[in-house]
Amino acid sequence: MDQILQVFFNAAIFERAWPFLARGIGMTVLLSLVIVPIGLASGLAVAMLYHLHHRWLNRLLMAYVDFFRAFPPLVLLLFIYGGLPFLGIDLPLFGTVALAFLLNTSSYYGEIFRAGLESVPAGQAEAARSTGLSRGQTMLWVILPQATRNVLPDLISNTLEVIKLTTLASVIGFTELLNNARNAQALTYNATPVVAAALIYLIMLWPLVRLVSRLEHKSIMVR
Amino acid sequence: MELQRLAFSFFNGEVASRYWLDIVHGMWVTTYLAAAVIATGLGLGLALAMVRSFQFRPVNVLIVIFADAFRALPALVVIIVLFFAFPYVDLAMSAFTATWLALSLVLAAFAEEIFWAGILSVPKGQTEAARSTGMSRLQTLTYVILPQAVRLTIPPLTNRMIAITKGTALGSVVAVHEIIYYASSGASEAGNPTPLTLGALAYLVLFLPVVMASRWIETRFAWKR
Repeated sequence: MDQILQVFFNAAIFERAWPFLARGIGMTVLLSLVIVPIGLASGLAVAMLYHLHHRWLNRLLMAYVDFFRAFPPLVLLLFIYGGLPFLGIDLPLFGTVALAFLLNTSSYYGEIFRAGLESVPAGQAEAARSTGLSRGQTMLWVILPQATRNVLPDLISNTLEVIKLTTLASVIGFTELLNNARNAQALTYNATPVVAAALIYLIMLWPLVRLVSRLEHKSIMVR
Repeated sequence: MELQRLAFSFFNGEVASRYWLDIVHGMWVTTYLAAAVIATGLGLGLALAMVRSFQFRPVNVLIVIFADAFRALPALVVIIVLFFAFPYVDLAMSAFTATWLALSLVLAAFAEEIFWAGILSVPKGQTEAARSTGMSRLQTLTYVILPQAVRLTIPPLTNRMIAITKGTALGSVVAVHEIIYYASSGASEAGNPTPLTLGALAYLVLFLPVVMASRWIETRFAWKR
């Protein structure tokens, strides 16, 4: 028991590692704040283009979405990280990470929004158009609010996945929480920093998990 | 000229001929690991959901804590804690075991929630009717509730299984010899990204059919409103 405390929950080690961990949390939050909004926006764009029901465009979008859903995000990240220099493109680490994760998340968000848009009955658009709203207005004021509400649990659940995804950036040495925790573990030869990082993720993400759970159960009850 | 350089970097036949066998071996390990994770993860998830349906409070609290924790924790963090932290207390395990265990726990947490939601969706009258015919609680669950619950769970379970199978790539971080391990070590050994291209192709070969099948499953088992 004493040994477990020594190597997993060592206060002295934690104190030394905390500045690293804190900087890592900052980077994790920053990365999430960049990826989630841009991912949501581009996912929405994909879904709205799909909603135009243009035959060839839809095939193209479907191929894009399936292609990036089939790739494990880590593979995408390593491919971009290892491949771009050979194309003569020199992207900073943050850019590489953001690009890889955006390609991945935009296709997931795109699928979710597409399901949302399809869940709104066609009568809604017809009714809105017949009152004199333009197509853009119909989309913005009538379709989108209902579509978003219908897929809200999925959107939030995917956001949770995106935040968890940021840990992969540690593999290419991006200084987010997990990366810093592993470095601190190697320096101190003690597991406390990694265990602390796990607890930090738990504390940060538990509220989101609860929220998803509640929304999902509510949507089952409504049925 | 540009195109030639591109082909030399990403589609180099000579490099590819040296590494494709490794990648095929990696595909086997990926498939094998994924199958093991799905078997244990789904099994554990279903068992937990069944136990939860017996509504024994202290046990339920533990199950909810387990499910919440492993849904909140990133899979890579779990793998790293198992692989790098546990040896400090003399609980060392192989990279394969650590990856398998971590992904199974994560899948079990999600599967438990999905099965539980499915069980909740079956009207209470079904249980009452089955119990009043003299079936035991376990019989009611296995013969009456679960068959009805499973239909609702198939689309979300498929998505989860695909997600967790893609998670096998995380094993490369602790040097499980799966696709991405061979692809990235091959790329740095050859000083050429062609093995990465091969690795990416291997994933497409494995997953594109699965992703497309999941589209079909989603429409086939969609909840009829």
